[in-house]
Amino acid sequence: MASDDIWILGINMTKFGKHTDKDTVDLAAEAALGALADGGVKMKDVGVLAAGNLMGGGIGQALQKQIGQTGIPVYNVANACATGATALRVAYAMVKAGEADMGMAVGVEKLAGAGLLAGGSRKADSPTWAPSGRYGAVASVDGRIGTETMPGVFAQIGMEYGHRYGGTSAELFARISEKNHAHSTLNPLAAYQKRFTVEEIMNDVMISYPNTRPMCSANCDGAAAAVVVSGAKLKTLSAEQRRRAVKISASVLTTDPWEEACQVLPNVNTLTRNAAQQAYEKAGVGPADLDLVELHDCFATAELVHYDNLMLCEEGGAVDFFNSGATWRDGKTPVNVSGGLESKGHPIAATGIANVWEIATHLRGEAGPRQIEGARVGLAHVIGLGSACGVHILEKSAA
Amino acid sequence: MASQIPLVDYLTLGDDPHLVAHECRTCGARFFDRRNACAACGGTEFGSARIPTQGEVRAFTIVTFAAPGVPVPFVAAIVDCGGTSVRGNIINVDPDPEHVALGMKVKLATYPLGTDDAGTEAIAFGFEPLA
Repeated sequence: MASDDIWILGINMTKFGKHTDKDTVDLAAEAALGALADGGVKMKDVGVLAAGNLMGGGIGQALQKQIGQTGIPVYNVANACATGATALRVAYAMVKAGEADMGMAVGVEKLAGAGLLAGGSRKADSPTWAPSGRYGAVASVDGRIGTETMPGVFAQIGMEYGHRYGGTSAELFARISEKNHAHSTLNPLAAYQKRFTVEEIMNDVMISYPNTRPMCSANCDGAAAAVVVSGAKLKTLSAEQRRRAVKISASVLTTDPWEEACQVLPNVNTLTRNAAQQAYEKAGVGPADLDLVELHDCFATAELVHYDNLMLCEEGGAVDFFNSGATWRDGKTPVNVSGGLESKGHPIAATGIANVWEIATHLRGEAGPRQIEGARVGLAHVIGLGSACGVHILEKSAA
Repeated sequence: MASQIPLVDYLTLGDDPHLVAHECRTCGARFFDRRNACAACGGTEFGSARIPTQGEVRAFTIVTFAAPGVPVPFVAAIVDCGGTSVRGNIINVDPDPEHVALGMKVKLATYPLGTDDAGTEAIAFGFEPLA
């Protein structure tokens, strides 16, 4: 328990789903108070707060007004679907820098019933064609020059992998979705806990080939929060707190370095690979050491490419890796045993902390019926288009 | 004949329609949008590069759920035009997985988008299967 290590002391996620009677502050407060209680500390112990709420804007101060205005600095962060991981990384970095010995990260989103989150509207064409914007466009280009919808963008990302390495099919992607929906049946906090057959998935409403509706992340409401603590501070806490603390062995955030095509179709591969590489080096672990992985399956087509990007398989080997059964919960490298974004749900800013909660819960041995037995090391990954990638590697306490 | 205007400024019309990219004079990186500087090397000087009109489908999707007002289904794709990736729809093809394939050879094609109040016709582009 080195003094300069950073630990998760308390962590919580709300039930994901439709919370008609709760607003974003209610959900954020539930997760934040839950994380404090889980860590056995109070708001007055926390020295810095990082908060994310992508669709609603800064929420940190509104949260303080409900659970504790202690005068500490608040960082309201926004980083697309990596917002939660960014909040966690801000709290981590502030504690690592010695600015505080305890910090909290909160992510919350109200998204139940939302439709397309991009490419969601087309203005009527203007009465006279007049070039505007960076492409000098005289009319809306979404649908005319490719697609801006997320299901469409990520469909192409999966198809591109198939073009490069072969072996993909609509059925293969549907089987990835089948896995995550099956996993979610063991997770009481998941938005959906229904198992689907491959046929049901393939015959569901087509959104953007090959992604049908159950192959898309589920828009829902939810929040997650984590209290992080310095190793030095943790040493002063109780034996029980030290036993349940989870070590953050690596916290990494990357953006995409320029490559041909990256401004034409987002390249979610290189920045994920870079983040994973850095995280493995910092943590001193390799992909083979991982007992479970929560990765950003915003669409079934995305999960496949991230097997490769996170180096869970050899380069180009994601299809064979999946077909081997490795990523099912009884496989070599269980992936998304929570149900993933497709079934657990994807309340955007909560996701990057909720996936850390999933890993931490297994490392603590507290995951109940879906426990991955003997889990000691896990990895949580998110990606936000634009792009930002967050990777956290977590390890069970040695205490 | 009524005057014409391209849907986007990187589409050049005329007898030989083609796309033109901004090419960084320092590193050769290509961009289709108005530039402040080069994202690859930071260079600030750009030339023009004509993009080949034939290419190969590197990725595609068939969009069946889009914003209100966007006609579906349509095929959105990324086309590799001689090493430069271009975003565009695959047109003049049945929008189903039996008629669109990864690696399919395509060529640039233009079509009228509509005529505005001033009588100007907007011209859009897509890629159609190479016969």
